[in-house]
Amino acid sequence: MKFKGGIHPDYHKLTADHATVVMPLLKRYVIPVSQHIGTPGEIIVERGQEVGRGQPLTSPAGFVSVSVHAPTSGKVKKIADFPHPLGKAQPAVEITSDGEDAWFEDIAGHGDWRDLTPARLKNIIRDAGLVGLGGASFPTHVKLSPPKEKPVDLLILNGAECEPYLTSDHRVMLEHPAEVMEGIGLLMRALGVRKALVGIENNKVDAGEALKRARPVDLDIKVHLLETKYPQGSEKHLIYALTKRQVPAGGLPMDSGVVVQNVGTALSCHDAVKLGRPLTERVVTVTGSAVREPANVMVRVGTPVAEVIDFCGGLTGDVGKVIFGGPMMGIVQSNLAAPVLKGTSGILCLVESEISQFQGAPCIRCGNCVDACPMFLVPSIMGLLVERNRFADLGEYHITDCIECGSCAYVCLSRRPLVQFFKRGKLEWHEHVKQLEGSVS
Amino acid sequence: MLTPTAVLAGIGLVSGLGLAVAAKVFAVEIDPRQEEINDQLPGANCGGCGYAGCADFSAALVEGKADPGDCPVCDDATLRLLGEIMGVEVGESVRHVALIMCQGGLSVAHREGRYNGHASCASADLIAGGGKLCSYGCLGLADCQAVCAFGAIEMIEDCIARVIPSRCTACGKCVAACPKHLIRLVPANTQIHVLCSNTEKGAAARKACNVSCLGCKKCEKTFEDDPRIIIHDHLAKVDYLKPPTDQAVVEVCPTGALTVRLLDREDRARQPS
Amino acid sequence: MTSPGPGDFKFIISVSPHVHSGQDVRSVMRDVILALVPGVLAGIWFFGFDAFRVLVLAVLGCVAFEIGMNRLLGRASTIRDLSAALTGVLLAMNLPSGSPWWLIIVGSGVAIILGKAIYGGLGYNPFNPALVARVFLLISFPVQMTHWVVPAGITTGLDGITGATPLGAAKEAAGLGKSLSETILPDTLQLLLGNVGGSFGEVSALALLLGGAFLLYRGIIRWQIPVGFIGSVVVITGIAHLLQPDRYLGPVVHVLAGGLILGAFFMATDMVTSPVTRTGMLVFGIGCGVLTSVIRLWGGYPEGVSFAILLMNALTPLIDRYTRPRVFGQVSRKLFEEAPSS
Repeated sequence: MKFKGGIHPDYHKLTADHATVVMPLLKRYVIPVSQHIGTPGEIIVERGQEVGRGQPLTSPAGFVSVSVHAPTSGKVKKIADFPHPLGKAQPAVEITSDGEDAWFEDIAGHGDWRDLTPARLKNIIRDAGLVGLGGASFPTHVKLSPPKEKPVDLLILNGAECEPYLTSDHRVMLEHPAEVMEGIGLLMRALGVRKALVGIENNKVDAGEALKRARPVDLDIKVHLLETKYPQGSEKHLIYALTKRQVPAGGLPMDSGVVVQNVGTALSCHDAVKLGRPLTERVVTVTGSAVREPANVMVRVGTPVAEVIDFCGGLTGDVGKVIFGGPMMGIVQSNLAAPVLKGTSGILCLVESEISQFQGAPCIRCGNCVDACPMFLVPSIMGLLVERNRFADLGEYHITDCIECGSCAYVCLSRRPLVQFFKRGKLEWHEHVKQLEGSVS
Repeated sequence: MLTPTAVLAGIGLVSGLGLAVAAKVFAVEIDPRQEEINDQLPGANCGGCGYAGCADFSAALVEGKADPGDCPVCDDATLRLLGEIMGVEVGESVRHVALIMCQGGLSVAHREGRYNGHASCASADLIAGGGKLCSYGCLGLADCQAVCAFGAIEMIEDCIARVIPSRCTACGKCVAACPKHLIRLVPANTQIHVLCSNTEKGAAARKACNVSCLGCKKCEKTFEDDPRIIIHDHLAKVDYLKPPTDQAVVEVCPTGALTVRLLDREDRARQPS
Repeated sequence: MTSPGPGDFKFIISVSPHVHSGQDVRSVMRDVILALVPGVLAGIWFFGFDAFRVLVLAVLGCVAFEIGMNRLLGRASTIRDLSAALTGVLLAMNLPSGSPWWLIIVGSGVAIILGKAIYGGLGYNPFNPALVARVFLLISFPVQMTHWVVPAGITTGLDGITGATPLGAAKEAAGLGKSLSETILPDTLQLLLGNVGGSFGEVSALALLLGGAFLLYRGIIRWQIPVGFIGSVVVITGIAHLLQPDRYLGPVVHVLAGGLILGAFFMATDMVTSPVTRTGMLVFGIGCGVLTSVIRLWGGYPEGVSFAILLMNALTPLIDRYTRPRVFGQVSRKLFEEAPSS
């Protein structure tokens, strides 16, 4: 199955053949409290306190909330606002390493997942601070707990990695296929489904083969190679491509009986259960023509970006942008002191000349965006409405269904900042709805 | 020739009668004061009173739902006149003026990057805070200017907004439009202001901008037992209920965040009618 | 759009996506001009130096007016995007090769000023600027605008020999109550090659089709507009011809003669003034075809392409509004109409 719309950007998978390298221990880590969608946890350590690796620094505040953990053993140096990749400074815990890198004493493996109940698995996953590692950072245990009225019969593993440049999921599947498969198995058990599908773009045939070979005989896991097309890794489009099911507009995958998890998340789930280790490190693709030695690096959560880039040979002089994530949806960084988060799949450094700058040119109504939009929206008109402050009309154009994939802006002849229009438009639309509801009640 | 003339005349007569009857039967009773009030209102339909426009406001006035003083634009003479029409006493109001609590233009405020995108403050604020090192400062993309119905906001060369006090009517539109919440309505008779909104500690604030408030308390200390400027969250704030009057105080400020700005309507003649 | 300031900072702060396909307005306009080259060459081949003169004057005129309007209105220069040049080429192709110089200049001015600049420039104009100019001239200067030069070829350079266009001849015959069989019409091959009277750029269907195919191949125009346009003309004129072959020309003549090919591939597909949705494009194309057929068969003018496209231009916003695609995953429209609006 293919989905309609989408684009074929240049892929630039520079690091596809680079085996993951582990970054050496640093002196200092900064772990932001807020690293997931939902309520940030509450800080439970104090200044000056000794912590072990994997020790929780926060406790979850509410259901849609997870802890963050110490990336190494050492001392809590400071609890204050630090630069955050999403923009404004946010509360974070600074830890100075003692060089021992000793695991926290409570850390112990939980044995084979086949012997554990689904509820126990979900608890382990929550306590390990697991969130979706593909970028959206939604707490994993919440996704594994669909309400009763929404029966789920299928788990889908997202190994599409449709963003150009990024190869972290590719390397995870290639280097740890057995662990990924076991992770899928335990996710299936936690979710109570008998079937799982892995969707991989067909530019990663080797990863697909590796996973097929590693499949445990007792599990019904099928690996599918999909067309290489952006945004194949969008949940809704991945589900459609694999099952032909359409997630209702405005709904979640579970509305069509599916839960989607990233392959990297599956690996981390495996580590959390088998070894008892919470999420303190992840594979990050450091790439782009402005970084001297592109690589896939195992980076601890809380490592300042500048350190990661230095580890990869540093930036070239003509760097124009440093981006968290891929070139299509990644978030631009202005401060390299910001740390790597759980959801940071890549650090992309582009030289100024290859960056497409937006222009204030008016829309010439070419319709390219309409053809490219995988959600079948009309981006050109939505952009005009935002530009003219006609936010109340945005609902009619279903702005809330926009997934901000950037396909429209990629093909826009006038190089309009369409995604920015829609981010703004969504805020203003929600504001408008709130006001309407206020005036009704 | 005769027939068409007669037919036309007939149509005219019937239509005219119809209109006359309709005007009588469907006449809407309007309080005559409403029209009188409407004539006195500024007619800019700025919405500063909270109603949809001046006509809406005059209707609310007549119904007793609103108070003449709710119009932020009318001057005292007009308000008194409205009071006379309505037969109510209107207290003296203190004129307010919008003030932008930032003077961190391009030449003094540091930037982390060059912003490239939709030329609107509210949109720029969504992208890494707009690229200014000071996450509190004016982005200079003129959202406030765009909403001002009175042409009372100018963008000065340094890429920062500035209110023209003689034109400002304190309608409050710009206050709502600024994504950084930099604009405050202050009494027009005040002269000394802290034109900074950065609540970071001194070192961080100084790094971000040459004219930031460092929270050094030098100004606060000049008022020993009569505090008129109060430091809160590393940021000095003028107490507008009891504002400082001696302009000499601004000299203690090491950065110039504390400054003199005269806001009174110097010459009313310049105000657009 | 990039904010100015001291150059001591490195990074560009902007929203995703950070990469782009590389196509821009300029490259598209350039491709459309390239696609028009065969048609222009054919025109020059048949009408000689005169046609070339029209082309140069129109392009220079449009570009000059564009510069003037940009200066006057304090807008940034838009010459680089080639849209004014394209308007010039299209305008030239819509004029008789014997047009006097002042007619061309007036046309260029109308196209750029009335057709585009007063609306706010490229992207804001509701009507195709070249067609606005053509219709303006056709109504204001009907004699000059229907002064059709008979193709003399590039070699002779003679002018002054005028004749009717095939559609004009047929209309005239119908007006006099004569049967079409008494009128002398060029054969299909001549129509295809373009060895007939008419505006300088519209005569050679073959050359124009070549350009149209190029645009389709490059993905600059979608098939919906030309197919809808030409298809509906074929159907309607075909039915009319079957019913009254003596009175109405056959569909082949209707397609190949006049400005239909030029209009369907190059004028109706103008991005700014046609719908953005695929369904909308089809509706737009069919609308153009229906109107063209109606004007040609029963209207006062022998040619209806320009009027049809302009009328449909006016409907474009409406068409866009009612042909919005159904959102991915949307079961029925009803669900969303309940959401608060306005």
